[in-house]
Amino acid sequence: MSQIVRPYGDTTGDGMVQLSFTLPISHSKRAEGAAQQLATKMGMDPALVVHAKPMGPDFTFFVVYGRVNHLVDVDAVEVVERDYPLLTPKEVNASIKRALRRRLVVIGACIGTDAHTVGIDAILNIKGFAGEKGLEYYREIKVVNLGAQVSVPQLVDRAVDERADAVLVSQVVTQRDAHLLNTREMSAAFGEAFPAERKPLLVVGGPRFDEAMAGELGVDRIFGRGTTPGEVASYLVHKVAS
Amino acid sequence: MSRTHAKLDLDPVTVRKARSLARKAGRPIVRLAQQHTTVSVERATLRLAGLSGADGEGTPWANRLLDAVRADVGLEHGAALPVWDALARGEAEDLVTLAQKASAGSVRFEVPEGVRARRARAASRRQVGAGIKQVDRRRAERDRLVKRHGDAPRQPWIYLIVATGDIYEDIPQAQQAAREGADVIAVIRSTGQSLLDFVPEGATREGFAGTYATQENFRLMRAALDESSKELGRYVRLTNYASGLCMPEIAALAGLERLDMMLNDSMYGILFRDINPVRTFVDQRFSRQVHARAGIIINTGEDNYLTTADAVEAAHTVTTSQLLNEYFAKEAGLEDWQLGLGHAFEIDPSVPESFRLELAHALLARELFPKAPLKWMPPTRHMTGDVFRGYLLDGFFNLVGAMTGQGILLVGMMTEAVVTPWLSDRDLALQNVRYVLDAAGGLREDFHPAPDGLIANRARQVLGETIDLLDKIADEGLLDAIADGTFGLMRRPADGGRGLEGVARKADDYYNPASEILEEAT
Repeated sequence: MSQIVRPYGDTTGDGMVQLSFTLPISHSKRAEGAAQQLATKMGMDPALVVHAKPMGPDFTFFVVYGRVNHLVDVDAVEVVERDYPLLTPKEVNASIKRALRRRLVVIGACIGTDAHTVGIDAILNIKGFAGEKGLEYYREIKVVNLGAQVSVPQLVDRAVDERADAVLVSQVVTQRDAHLLNTREMSAAFGEAFPAERKPLLVVGGPRFDEAMAGELGVDRIFGRGTTPGEVASYLVHKVAS
Repeated sequence: MSRTHAKLDLDPVTVRKARSLARKAGRPIVRLAQQHTTVSVERATLRLAGLSGADGEGTPWANRLLDAVRADVGLEHGAALPVWDALARGEAEDLVTLAQKASAGSVRFEVPEGVRARRARAASRRQVGAGIKQVDRRRAERDRLVKRHGDAPRQPWIYLIVATGDIYEDIPQAQQAAREGADVIAVIRSTGQSLLDFVPEGATREGFAGTYATQENFRLMRAALDESSKELGRYVRLTNYASGLCMPEIAALAGLERLDMMLNDSMYGILFRDINPVRTFVDQRFSRQVHARAGIIINTGEDNYLTTADAVEAAHTVTTSQLLNEYFAKEAGLEDWQLGLGHAFEIDPSVPESFRLELAHALLARELFPKAPLKWMPPTRHMTGDVFRGYLLDGFFNLVGAMTGQGILLVGMMTEAVVTPWLSDRDLALQNVRYVLDAAGGLREDFHPAPDGLIANRARQVLGETIDLLDKIADEGLLDAIADGTFGLMRRPADGGRGLEGVARKADDYYNPASEILEEAT
């Protein structure tokens, strides 16, 4: 049986949402009308402009509340669900030992001009993230963190030298779709440098990725915001040990 | 900066001890810096002598000339002797022509001796001296404009960021931000510029997450803000970044183009950009000497430690770094009013009494450095994407800023970690700041933490831990401490990192007219 939902304000089925945006026009009654019309076109009916504030002579900021008529069938929603069991560090270490009889080698980097190592460090540094220790904490994982602004050829070379089982790349900067361009460049370079059966697992992460785009970008997995080191470790083990 | 009445009753003996330990830890680094030069220090010297422009591929003439000099005679004598000797020998009539000829391979550089050396020293000193005069004139011009237009109406100064990548997009955004109340505009640099070993040339319209720092971009933005200052009746300051591999050159360009503040941390490049520690400390010292001369306020980067390390556990590393930054700054000739020492509101909001802990840390910085315009940085690490909660957090950040008399307040955006700030984000953020400063700007007067309360105790505890850490650093050496991951949990060995190949130990006949003139002043 399918589950149909609509937004909840204070009563089941009221469909209430809030929205804020800026229009590049000076504040006037007509501007408020324009805001209301935009909200209506977005599916809010009735749309109530509850706040309009001029920002300088050329812009107006609006807050709109209203009811949307759209329905969502939750069962028909497609997402990337976790398709591997979540393991403790101990279980991860044991599985690696059993499956590989050596340490799992993971190389991490921020590629291109991205200097934001927050993401890769959260996953790799022993300090970790969200109360979980990073991959450096795992006895059976060898972590090589190349840091920021690593070029794709450098990354490929290191992956060859270290015989990496997995390559983790973090991309925070998304201006002009830099994260997508960089990821495609990376997956293409690994495709050229390795025969398919010896290619390391390619994993990218960052707050603005769509997790469903892995195939399109040529990588094995995409992790979005809020991913913890334990999830990444469990995924890697699942892939190499099975 | 405004006067503070002591609220924490810090033990003056302990405070003196902290400073003397910082001096002890820093002095070997200063000696190390005095014994070395770098490619960027030498290029900055050439730039102060008036060398600008780039070849057809965009490589600056300063790089071309220095590379040719280095290939012939090495870096250890400095650029001045071989370059001005070549000019005296009639190899070219000016620096640009010399650079052009040198990069075509038609000049041979030598290290002059005797009379020729004396002549080269004098000529280089005259020409570099003229550049430093220009920096002096820029400083006097700033003083004049501040007098004419008036200064920022109150403290903290409101510091806003623009970062489009396109200088011609940045300009109207910066002017709008100034109209909305910004006292200081920072143009964020393009990601990755810190690792370029040259300063790009000309006005730039492309950059990732920021705009390149170039002399022309500096000039354009300063001119635009001069217009805004006139329009608004208050001098609007401009900030950029003297960091990364080219910090000495960028400092020189900032001095020449009258920038007002520069990010300039003694260790940031080492820790967060993996630039070689020796390279950084040598470049740091020179760039700070330039900033001192130019009347530029530096902003240090301690806030960054708290983005990687825990803000409670690592609070004392911030204080430690502030004391080191103060020592290095004073040694380079900077005065108290030029020290925008950094710190940040980064304690996990789920920690009990986190606001009181923030107050303790901010007040400790205020009282340790009573005359410095502290730079107060907003939360980033615990901004989750819940913009509503983030807006509240920014409000509390602003309140700490008001209650502890911070000098420079970087405006926090509720969309931190979500998008680059929208027009409306900036407007809402400024409303937040204005509300807090209007509603509680004078609260500082009434705010006297209990002498044995959590705030005062916490401040004393952090100061105590700072002394322990400084003691350890003074003992084992700052370079080793950095290699051990003391700051921001980054481990950076002295022989690792980028840019080491651009460092040379000075020869006995090393000469640099810029260093000579800048050090005479201090």
